[in-house]
Amino acid sequence: MSPGSPALHGPAAGPDAKATAVGTAQVEIREVSKSFGGVQAVSGVSFDVAKGEIVSVIGPNGAGKTTLLNCISGVFHPERGRIVLEGEDVTHLRPPQIAARGVARTFQNIALFRGMTVIDNLMLGRHLHMRNGVLRSMLYWGAGQREEVAHRKVVEDIVDFLEIEAIRKRPVGSLPYGLQKRVELGRALALHPKVLLLDEPMGGMNIEEKEDMARFILDVSDEWGTTIILIEHDMGVVMDISRRVVVLDLGQKIAEGTPTEVKANPLVVKAYLGTKAT
Amino acid sequence: MIYREAGQFKTTYASDQAIFPIVQDRVVVALGVLAVFVLPTRFANEYWLQAILIPFLIYALAALGLNLLTGYAGQLSLGTGGFMAVGAYAAFKLSTAFPSLSIVIVFLLSGLIAALVGVVFGIPSLRIKGFYLAVATLAAQFFLIWLFNKVAWFVNYAPSGTITAPSRTVLGVTVTGPTASAAARYVLALVFVAVFALIAKNLVRGRIGRSWMAIRDRDIAAEIIGVRPLRTKLLAFAISSFYCGIAGAELVFLYLGSAETLAFDIGLSFLVLFMVIIGGLGSVLGSFLGAAFIVLVPIFLTNAPHVMGLSLPVAFQKQLELMVFGGLIIFFLIVEPHGLARLWQITKEKLRLWPFPH
Repeated sequence: MSPGSPALHGPAAGPDAKATAVGTAQVEIREVSKSFGGVQAVSGVSFDVAKGEIVSVIGPNGAGKTTLLNCISGVFHPERGRIVLEGEDVTHLRPPQIAARGVARTFQNIALFRGMTVIDNLMLGRHLHMRNGVLRSMLYWGAGQREEVAHRKVVEDIVDFLEIEAIRKRPVGSLPYGLQKRVELGRALALHPKVLLLDEPMGGMNIEEKEDMARFILDVSDEWGTTIILIEHDMGVVMDISRRVVVLDLGQKIAEGTPTEVKANPLVVKAYLGTKAT
Repeated sequence: MIYREAGQFKTTYASDQAIFPIVQDRVVVALGVLAVFVLPTRFANEYWLQAILIPFLIYALAALGLNLLTGYAGQLSLGTGGFMAVGAYAAFKLSTAFPSLSIVIVFLLSGLIAALVGVVFGIPSLRIKGFYLAVATLAAQFFLIWLFNKVAWFVNYAPSGTITAPSRTVLGVTVTGPTASAAARYVLALVFVAVFALIAKNLVRGRIGRSWMAIRDRDIAAEIIGVRPLRTKLLAFAISSFYCGIAGAELVFLYLGSAETLAFDIGLSFLVLFMVIIGGLGSVLGSFLGAAFIVLVPIFLTNAPHVMGLSLPVAFQKQLELMVFGGLIIFFLIVEPHGLARLWQITKEKLRLWPFPH
């Protein structure tokens, strides 16, 4: 499918024309709909994310933000619409196949491997990049060991980057919440993703932890040029770090634009604050 | 003060990832391995080898296999007895059909056959989890035992329905059959368990083991980072059944001498599961500790009153044994739900600081 023809995709593509006209979109979300039973969680949402961009998806609770992220990462498959990654339709791929195409994510309610150490969690982020099969793993010698060591070095770079050296051998289940969030970001980064999906990376954090996390997200974007789609409730953070903001309400996109544009949009104000009782 | 890692700096990741990163551990383990090879063959009597050490080694191997599946990959299985039976009957068929085949090769091939059967019965694990999977593997247990009972081909049409270990040698020493010495059987069982314990340890500290634990801890997150669940679970079933198959073959060839399907009934599945739970889920050492506990404690309880000079009525003593054994299991599970291996780990942590409180 040609990414350069947004006009064919109905009225929702209208406001996107600016972003898609150049045809550099890394992630294209087209008319995606997903329902659970009778509940329409996401209906007809479209937007594009360009390479290296930080895009925030915001909206009140139940707006369908996490469902949308789950559709992108392959946990759910949308009933209608398409998700295109670097020109390839990935709508119906399974999560491991999506991961193999360079998409990593974190979860709203941390999904770390609790029984394992920080290093092992991060090493699992390298799983796709490793080739050791059964026989090499059994021997843990020669090539098999060299691969483990090489990937350990990559993981140690991320440990340094996230400043979690002191806890590298701790089981993640025993870590405080803020650090677990950081380790989960580390696991996603270990994948060396092209696209990073963050589901409320700062949920439940205090100001200081939020500042740290915001800095890490900006550094990831700067240093590796990773495309980042993030869901966040803290408006201050969203306005500060994102290039563009997409607003969902009741499963539908109600606004898209720069943080200042979105803030001024009356529909957004209405969704968040309600209408004045007259 | 003896168990100190202070001053032992690791300068490479390889040394940090070693099985025993601390020098003291390496020395103790090396001496220990040497001791278990030399001492029992020199000094232990027939009773010790036959009644205690050989079954301990065989159960440890089976527990190791189940621990890879249940402890590391998180797939609960009650089919251990069935998979061990596959190994035993495969070894019997192979060794009688190809008398010139080395018994070591026979054991390994039997393990491979058990692995294939394990994969087949592991397929439901993609859809069902936890207790429901346990019920599905129970089907494997009953089906396999039924199969070996019904089809006379598996026992070479022996009217008694039993399989008997033929006499075979390794490097000129008779290791199976009625004339094999207990010491020879002990050494063969020990070699197998030592090699496969090392292999298990290597598996669980590398890429394969991590993917198992990821599936165990959070399967959705495992998929998201690229671990393929079906392949990972089936591999766990295959390798676990491989271990159990070899243990089953050893049970007949190195311990019982001859057996029928009764030796592999559901009771055996539970016994191995108890070893894994008591020893410690997700621990290679725990498999050994659990096997030792289940094998040794009943023997200790049988002999304890005699040693203490008490003469109890036989029937009463038998009942008392079961009660004390059950009580001990409950005691250890309450003290440390993560098993004996965890207790050992805590002891080591304490030893690092001893005699200082913090």
